[in-house]
Amino acid sequence: MEKYRIDQSKGMEFGLYSIGDHLLNPHAGERISAQQRIQEIIEAGKLADEAGLDVFAVGESHQEHFATQAHTVILGAVAQATKNIKIASSATVLSVSDPVRVYEDFSTLDLISNGRAEIVAGRGSRVGAYDLLGYDVRDYEELFEEKLELLMKINDEEKVTWEGQFRAPLTNAKVLPQPENGHLPIWRAVGGPPGSAIKAGYAGIPMMLTTLGGAAINFKPSVDAYREAAKQSGFDPATLPIATTSLFYTAENSQDAMREFYPHLNVGMSFLRGAGYPKQQFAQAIDYRDALMVGSPQQIIEKMHHQYELYGQQRFLAEIDFGGVPFEKIAKNIELIATEIMPAVKKFTAK
Amino acid sequence: MKVVLLAGSNVGSKTRTAMDYTLKIANEKYPEVEFTLLDLAEYDMVFSDGRNYWEYEGDTKYVTETIMAADALIIGTPTFQASIPATLKNIFDLLPVNAFRDKIVGTLVTAGTSKHYLMVEQQLKPILAYMKAQIVQTYVFIEEKDFYRKEIVNDDVLFRIERLVEDTVDLTETYAKIQEAKDAMYDF
Repeated sequence: MEKYRIDQSKGMEFGLYSIGDHLLNPHAGERISAQQRIQEIIEAGKLADEAGLDVFAVGESHQEHFATQAHTVILGAVAQATKNIKIASSATVLSVSDPVRVYEDFSTLDLISNGRAEIVAGRGSRVGAYDLLGYDVRDYEELFEEKLELLMKINDEEKVTWEGQFRAPLTNAKVLPQPENGHLPIWRAVGGPPGSAIKAGYAGIPMMLTTLGGAAINFKPSVDAYREAAKQSGFDPATLPIATTSLFYTAENSQDAMREFYPHLNVGMSFLRGAGYPKQQFAQAIDYRDALMVGSPQQIIEKMHHQYELYGQQRFLAEIDFGGVPFEKIAKNIELIATEIMPAVKKFTAK
Repeated sequence: MKVVLLAGSNVGSKTRTAMDYTLKIANEKYPEVEFTLLDLAEYDMVFSDGRNYWEYEGDTKYVTETIMAADALIIGTPTFQASIPATLKNIFDLLPVNAFRDKIVGTLVTAGTSKHYLMVEQQLKPILAYMKAQIVQTYVFIEEKDFYRKEIVNDDVLFRIERLVEDTVDLTETYAKIQEAKDAMYDF
């Protein structure tokens, strides 16, 4: 775990992530400007750092309703504004980028932040980036696998010689600058089903698994498949960290949490997926066995306890800014995480 | 209440003829309801490529958005090779997985032979159920001999169409009430 800068004696890492959605706040019926949205993300990173959270991550999506296309630039600003918190992507759509440039960006981030940068590489659950940046969605799988291989090679080798289908070959190429300790933590972003989890396991790459909602146990097969695949490839699963991520909203009591959050979730989903979040399912989400993180701090702690028993993960990232949640509520969530939830979670996960 | 009548084929005339009758009966019986007939023969649809439905352009965007905005659908389909035509399947492929959640879907089917009577049960209803439709269980089955020169000549078929329209509208109203009662149970 040291290779990935994770110290299990301190308990599960707790962090925040944003996908950078830029949607209206349904309570107010208004959308803030892209400028304000970006500045508030940086501000949330600062608050999270001051509150002692472990990780702050920002992802990219290249289409309407998003504001963080240039996520590495935003992460640069977060790195400059913070002191201790780890800085990661959530995720970097590696398929549409040059792994050399991605590595250059993140090792620069690592130097700016004094060794706090990490890459989370994904394929993207939205396809806007492919059209815009000139890639064919039909190469969805191969684009990613090839580029991830190259990215890992750059991370492991000082001089890279490589040849592939989607990028010009490299001969004894030095990718500079090098990160602070010569190595970056690189994670594979995995959606719900086990297919992608197994690929992460085969390659022995840490996995960041999204558990957006529904019964938490539905995601256990992906966790098991990941560890099994890692074992088959000769890796020790005990050395490979797993992170899980979920939509998250907490308030002093569960009624307030549900009342305040539902419109953000419902309207946000209808913008991004074309259908809202059914009330019936949302009513079930308060149960400790449901992966959607909504409720009072005590209920969230119970959910974390249940999920830790299921997955034994090393890191949890909360998405607290989805669907136009206003900044004062984002700040309130950070406060409740830092003062009530995170200390309790660290207590029962410290090794 | 918005109801879309979808004629699911780009060729032939029987399904369109039956849907014209359906539209006429529907408008006479329920002037307060907004019925829209979409005949896929009149639209230039592209094949689904995995995009979100609102990210298409032109007719594809119009047809899918009109369907998604409806409270109920009456799908008219011919029978091709013991199944629904590709044009209709493409509509389903263009829409999200839970596209028919909270929507009532009624069905009318035309076929060259009575031997296709169970096609809707075996081919269409499983798709509708997967997409979370509230299905009007009884459908109207119309075969070759019920038509004569683009007219329906079997009174029983006309009565059945009338009942299909009634059932679809009644179930849509009822379902809205169920939904309202359910939503009232929740504190958010």
